[in-house]
Amino acid sequence: MSGIKVVFWKELADYLGSRKFLILFAIILISAISIVYILSQNIGKYSSEISKDYIFINLFTLSLGALPSFIFFVSFFGPLIGIIFGFDAINSERSKGTMSTVLSQPIYRDALINGKFLAGLATISIMLICIILIILGLELGILGIVPNLEEIWRIIIFFIASVIYIGFWMSMGILFSIIFRQTTTSALVSVMMWIFFAFFVLMISSVIADQVVPLNQNSTLEIIVKNENIKNMIMHISPVVLFQEIIIALLNPSARAFGITALIKGNNLLPTPLPLSQSLLVIWPQFVGLLALMLICFAASYIIFMRQEIRST
Amino acid sequence: MKTVVLEAKNLTKVYNHTKVVDNINLQIQEGEIFGFLGPNGAGKTTTILIALGLTEPTSGEISIFGYNSTREPLKVKKITSYLPENVGFYEDLTAQENLKYITRLNGIPEKKADAKIEEVLKNVGLQDVAQVEVGKYSKGMKQRLGMAVVLVKEPKLAILDEPTTGIDPKGVEEILELIVRMSREQNITVLLSSHLLYQVQKICTKIGIISQGRIVVQGTIEEIGKNLLKEEKEDSLEIKVANKLTPTLVKSIKQIDGVVGVKKKSPDHSLEEIYIKYFRGE
Repeated sequence: MSGIKVVFWKELADYLGSRKFLILFAIILISAISIVYILSQNIGKYSSEISKDYIFINLFTLSLGALPSFIFFVSFFGPLIGIIFGFDAINSERSKGTMSTVLSQPIYRDALINGKFLAGLATISIMLICIILIILGLELGILGIVPNLEEIWRIIIFFIASVIYIGFWMSMGILFSIIFRQTTTSALVSVMMWIFFAFFVLMISSVIADQVVPLNQNSTLEIIVKNENIKNMIMHISPVVLFQEIIIALLNPSARAFGITALIKGNNLLPTPLPLSQSLLVIWPQFVGLLALMLICFAASYIIFMRQEIRST
Repeated sequence: MKTVVLEAKNLTKVYNHTKVVDNINLQIQEGEIFGFLGPNGAGKTTTILIALGLTEPTSGEISIFGYNSTREPLKVKKITSYLPENVGFYEDLTAQENLKYITRLNGIPEKKADAKIEEVLKNVGLQDVAQVEVGKYSKGMKQRLGMAVVLVKEPKLAILDEPTTGIDPKGVEEILELIVRMSREQNITVLLSSHLLYQVQKICTKIGIISQGRIVVQGTIEEIGKNLLKEEKEDSLEIKVANKLTPTLVKSIKQIDGVVGVKKKSPDHSLEEIYIKYFRGE
């Protein structure tokens, strides 16, 4: 256990001090602050869109014309941060020649990968806590409203979901850093996966759905629903989609369903906000799916790393 | 009877159907500087990695101070230092920080570690650049830092894999001197893997030669030499003369009983001797 602790503290210091991290952190912080600031300034214009009970968290999800919402920033930049932490975790140790030195010290081999993974999660948590607290402070100062207890709980769960989401991208990066010997290869493959999950999955899912259940002008509702279900099924392999649904339900309490169900039933439903427990029920599958994706990636990295040969060259 | 530090029994390692290490038996005793010789790809590094528990043998076993390397790797790694062939460091950390990481991984208490780090940095002559980032070090300095990493955990056995590759002759001298010193002063047994025979001959008390995964021969250099060169019965003696070699002198030497031949040799200095003479002062 002591080995994990030593690796953890060293990696944490490395991450927090690294330039690439500081630059990304600054970008996200500045954009998040400016979004919230502009929204708070123009809050009057949105009074119709905001539910009065949840002004505080609604600000996270509102988008102002060309300016995207805060959650868009998290779901967009989150993967980049995760990838930056993960993509060179193991292969840089290999190419620098530090791995055999470290592993010849009296620690178990998994201490290295566990320590790195935990340090990455800790860094992500620290960063998110900073950003969320700064935004909260800003809203408190500008709007003069205090979040209610339920909003605080929703923000805490949003934080946990974000850590898992970014953690998924990090463990995917670590996995590629173990598989590929070159840091450039692992970085490129990670970014490609990100583009695939963020953009191409949506296209591919509708192409496949249309192939399996072709739609035409005379299609019955039944067939449309079937088509839509297949599309949804494929889309949900993407952590980006899972995460977006989680934060929509969390930060916009009136959301109660996604996809075709929301379209069909949505108009007949009263726009009353759901209590937290009901929102959690809505996102439970997505939440578990996201966690599973992260753990699968980490488990794969762990197994491959433990079986790999340690050669200095 | 001296304690056996490292013992390999019928050690075999198969990679993709080729025997990289083939039934190796090896014994190293306390206090020895054991030269592990062989061409590149002969299986030296693989044997070392198995000894450290970083690779599992296909069959056979290796033990260090009685601890089985495969089953008790932590105990083995606690008392064994390893200098890998292409040693690397965290380049954005200083030498002192790099060593600190090693002492922490070894669970050495902070106070003791600080004193020890200072001591070994002094030992390898890096005390003035202890606070400089390792990225700015020369290859020779890095190799000396590698020796500091070896020493800082106070090992009983030091395994050095090609410790002198890629550095200048003066650096090589310093490293070799350091190895001899640590072996004598701190009673550290040394396993030195190399393909540079000259250096090995200079410092090693015993050698083992490995070729295509097999130990071809092991023992002290004299023993092996005697066995190998049995055919050459004549001993020879080198004589230095004050001024010039005169024919009369040659003649009188020839007349001594038992002398079978006199051969004139011009003084030949190896390039290494010349190089070291000029750079000693630096």
